[in-house]
Amino acid sequence: MSILRTRLDPAAADTRANREAMQALVEDLRARTAAVAERGAGGDERSIARHRERGKLPVRERVDRLLDPGSAFLELSPLAANGLYDDEAPGAGIVTGIGPIEGTVCVVIANDATVKGGTYYPMTVKKHLRAQEIALENRLPCVYVVDSGGAFLPLQADVFPDRDHFGRIFYNQARMSALGIPQVSLVMGSSTAGGAYVPAMSDETVIVRGTGTIFLGGPPLVKAATGEEVSAEELGGADVHARRSGVADHEALDDEHAIALGRSIVRNLNRRAPPPPWDRRPSEPPAVDPSGLYGAVSADPRRAVDVREIVARLVDGSRFHEFKPLYGETLVCGFAHVDGWPVAVLANDGILFSQSALKGAHFIELAAQRRIPLVFLQNITGFMVGREYEAGGIAKDGAKLVMAVACAEVPKFTVLIGGSFGAGNYAMAGRAYQPRFLWSWPNARISVMGGSQAARVLSTVRGGFASDEERDAFEAPILETYEREGSPYFATARLWDDGVIDPLDTRRILSMGLDAALHAPIRETRFGVFRM
Amino acid sequence: MTPSDPIRRLFVANRGEIAVRIRRTCERLRVEAIVPPTEGPAALDLLDASAVVAAARAAGAGAVHPGFGFLAENAEFADAVERAGMRWVGPPPEAIRAMGNKATARRLAAELSVPTVPGSEAPDQSDDALRAEAERVGFPVLVKPAAGGGGKGIRVAAEPGELHEAVAAARREARAAFDDDRLILERFLGGPRHVEVQVLFDGHGNGIHLGERDCSLQRRHQKVLEETPSPAVDEAVRARLTDAALRLARAVGYVSAGTCEFLLEDDGQFYFLEMNTRLQVEHPVTELVTGRDLVADQLRIAAGEPLGIDQDAVVHRGHACEVRLYAEDAESGFLPATGRIEQLRWPVGDGIRVDAGIELGSEISGRFDPMLAKIVAHGVDRREAFERLATALDATVVLGLVTNLRFLRWLVRHPVIRDGDARIDTLERIWPPHGQPAGIGIPAAAWETAAAAFHTAGAADPWRGGWRINGPPVIRLAADGEERAVRIPPGRAADGSWVRDAGTVHVDVAGRSVSFTVAPPPDVDRAARAAATLAGGAQPAELTAPMPGAVLVIHVPVGGTVQGGDPVVTLEAMKMEHVVSAPHAGRIGELHVAPGDQVGRGQALASVTVRSE
Repeated sequence: MSILRTRLDPAAADTRANREAMQALVEDLRARTAAVAERGAGGDERSIARHRERGKLPVRERVDRLLDPGSAFLELSPLAANGLYDDEAPGAGIVTGIGPIEGTVCVVIANDATVKGGTYYPMTVKKHLRAQEIALENRLPCVYVVDSGGAFLPLQADVFPDRDHFGRIFYNQARMSALGIPQVSLVMGSSTAGGAYVPAMSDETVIVRGTGTIFLGGPPLVKAATGEEVSAEELGGADVHARRSGVADHEALDDEHAIALGRSIVRNLNRRAPPPPWDRRPSEPPAVDPSGLYGAVSADPRRAVDVREIVARLVDGSRFHEFKPLYGETLVCGFAHVDGWPVAVLANDGILFSQSALKGAHFIELAAQRRIPLVFLQNITGFMVGREYEAGGIAKDGAKLVMAVACAEVPKFTVLIGGSFGAGNYAMAGRAYQPRFLWSWPNARISVMGGSQAARVLSTVRGGFASDEERDAFEAPILETYEREGSPYFATARLWDDGVIDPLDTRRILSMGLDAALHAPIRETRFGVFRM
Repeated sequence: MTPSDPIRRLFVANRGEIAVRIRRTCERLRVEAIVPPTEGPAALDLLDASAVVAAARAAGAGAVHPGFGFLAENAEFADAVERAGMRWVGPPPEAIRAMGNKATARRLAAELSVPTVPGSEAPDQSDDALRAEAERVGFPVLVKPAAGGGGKGIRVAAEPGELHEAVAAARREARAAFDDDRLILERFLGGPRHVEVQVLFDGHGNGIHLGERDCSLQRRHQKVLEETPSPAVDEAVRARLTDAALRLARAVGYVSAGTCEFLLEDDGQFYFLEMNTRLQVEHPVTELVTGRDLVADQLRIAAGEPLGIDQDAVVHRGHACEVRLYAEDAESGFLPATGRIEQLRWPVGDGIRVDAGIELGSEISGRFDPMLAKIVAHGVDRREAFERLATALDATVVLGLVTNLRFLRWLVRHPVIRDGDARIDTLERIWPPHGQPAGIGIPAAAWETAAAAFHTAGAADPWRGGWRINGPPVIRLAADGEERAVRIPPGRAADGSWVRDAGTVHVDVAGRSVSFTVAPPPDVDRAARAAATLAGGAQPAELTAPMPGAVLVIHVPVGGTVQGGDPVVTLEAMKMEHVVSAPHAGRIGELHVAPGDQVGRGQALASVTVRSE
């Protein structure tokens, strides 16, 4: 197995420019993340203070205390709803992520009551469902930290009725419970109306005395419906549910106690990941210093850097068993390890041709056969176009790669390390191909095609411009839209990915993702009909 | 007297820093020093006289040096050494006996017209007789073991109501420490200084003094800081003091190094306290100023050689001061501390001397005296000596267990010390500094250093190290009873003096070794108790052991009523008693321990329920 070496000169002007550009992007990313996290729970200081006065811990503190001491937390889509709803729902008012509790890797879904009472905006629902999907696919126990007033009523049409709306939360709980994926609720605030079903649908539920309430209709609704006057505590407090209704199983005296009970519940799940079909190796840092990663990412999308420079900085010992290095060279394929986990890497190194697609499909067959997880490093402007290529069958060769990607049952991980355009997105396990996780680097761009190509296509279709200026004026807003919508922050706000990440964290995040993914057994792959 | 015969092999019946100190002189004099192991399977019990004598004989020693503490002032042991055909590096057993009993020593002083503190030898040890005597001597009164020294077992009764408890405690400690529970009473003087005179006598009738030492700075009657010369002694007082010391020593036929201790009042009036018939802990300050090696002097005297120096030839050059580094928590009532030395750095520099008995990896178990080392400074004058000492303490690093280093740094800079104004009760008045809350207030930088150390330690496992996406890692740490979620700023690495040992990171905080651990997760029972306490306030108080030790006395049975502040359990640790009192009035709900039990720090002892009004 050969060891990748770097040819990058860290002192070269290009490398320096790359490094500085990425440095600026990462600083922007950190600032954006801090802006959400530093609003404490996501809410403003006043609402957090009010929250504390009621004896409640802010949501991030709840999550931190729930996780094992000193452990990492792989938060999902922390910038969800970024720029949406007049920025009134930072992080979509919910914190989701993966972390160890009592040594068991769990999915945590925690409402942030300081953001509009923890109510569900459309993106809140989407973020909640995405976390549940991750739990389902990877068979990870779910711990819900419930503190929510239910659906955000002004946007009920985008929250309530559809397949992937609010109701899906409880459907997922039921289906996961049926599959033996534990569902645990800690009710540390309101759990109202539809929200009442989160604890009710859970396998085991804790409720906090004094602050936790569970009811289908709150006191105002009760009064309106029946005239009965009742306090929230009398209606659905801990006493009612832990002693009388049986909706909750454990009464906690405060947040800390509830978290302790939640940890105790997880300890007694007695879960163990199935043995993988291969041995995990001792981890080894990359031989090429990963700190040079920023310099290996081209700041100018038109001037590519050899993608092996990136692979070398991600994989153990920079060891890479490259497959078909002389064939279909625009798709680099090879076997390697990340933090001891075996991986099969597919990395774009230019536009996709028929050969590249055939090579990729072949390689995915190998990985599926060997049950080796796939890692896609996506930086793709698309498949080659033109008469020669269409006649050469690039559509059917591209289809073979898409078929392989879609059917492969091994865990797939996608990282957008550059552009993600057109059918290249599909062939490289874009969101629609259900990779277990999909992360973006802050330099990523995603759209159906490049902005200038789209503008030119649209202006060509319309035609009849009197002058170049007139055509430019027509194209300008299209370009602007593509520029704005191609931003990774536009994407992550809409949950098109699981988060924008610092390239230097890629190795660690992949390792956590692999660990999480291997809680589900790797099934045998059956491919469909490959068009020959 | 036996003719002069050099000692070739010396058995050191001691351990720690004094054993190291004696060995150093032996190496210089080419005397073979044998220091027995005091830990581990082959450990020698340094309090078992016959075992020590047997070990010394088995080692083929020609002489035994007792150091201080243990059997140093045990006349029977001195006898046994000599009977076994070895030389005793110390005074004749008769001199030890004469000075060892405080009552006879006081009588001797009276015969020599050396004043003593008003007191009573109280031959009748009954409670009633002691009470009557105490009334005669006058309050406040000191209750002291008739045998022994080192401040052990000494109690003060400020008024008659406190006498009973003081007598009981002093008896217990006297019995435990000296196997003799006879007590004497003494008037407690208000704010005198403690001044002592070093004397040196040979077996040929020659005796000199080496000046005085001022050891006024004490806590619980144990010396913390010593210096020579005393800032309060002028030539006239010195002449009277040293004359008294020499007469006392001569009267008992003293041989070897010894020390006469006095209390000195502001008007120059002094009272003889006792004579320590051994080398003193604080002897280095005298050595630095006089240029003598007292251990070498002791060995030569024991070998039968004459002193070889006249009083006139003794020179006193400059000023020397010493502090004692203890394994104890000055910030919480000087409670003994235990642990392992994980990092150690001693000061070096002009005029600096360190007598240490610890090294990297030493386990401080609490079985022995908590003194770890003495840091001594010499200068041309008092100002320079103290400046050097302050600098030396700043350069000292001890990590792994709590020591009084931070306290010492504060102490040597205190105006009372700088001005030479310390009295034996000074420390009680100036420490802890007025208005300073309990604990030391750990600065943010120390939290961050500890967090960064844990973060780095967890780097190999992606699920550890407190990693967070696109933000600073966060690790919740616990230290000194406080918990804090610490964010590690970008690029922040552990800095300053710190060391990681398994699950603990020790960080030097202004001289205090603060132990950080990753805070434990919420625990069901603990959280429930805490929540209930917050909510109700009527929860029973759990009394826990403030340190590891043995249960000595249970003062109140289960069901017994107590007032706030009443003693509930007395522990013995480090040969000191510590009373655990009721935090509020109530009833003893549960007792978890019985006399004789060994308890760990934090172990539950008893619970006190709130009295329902």
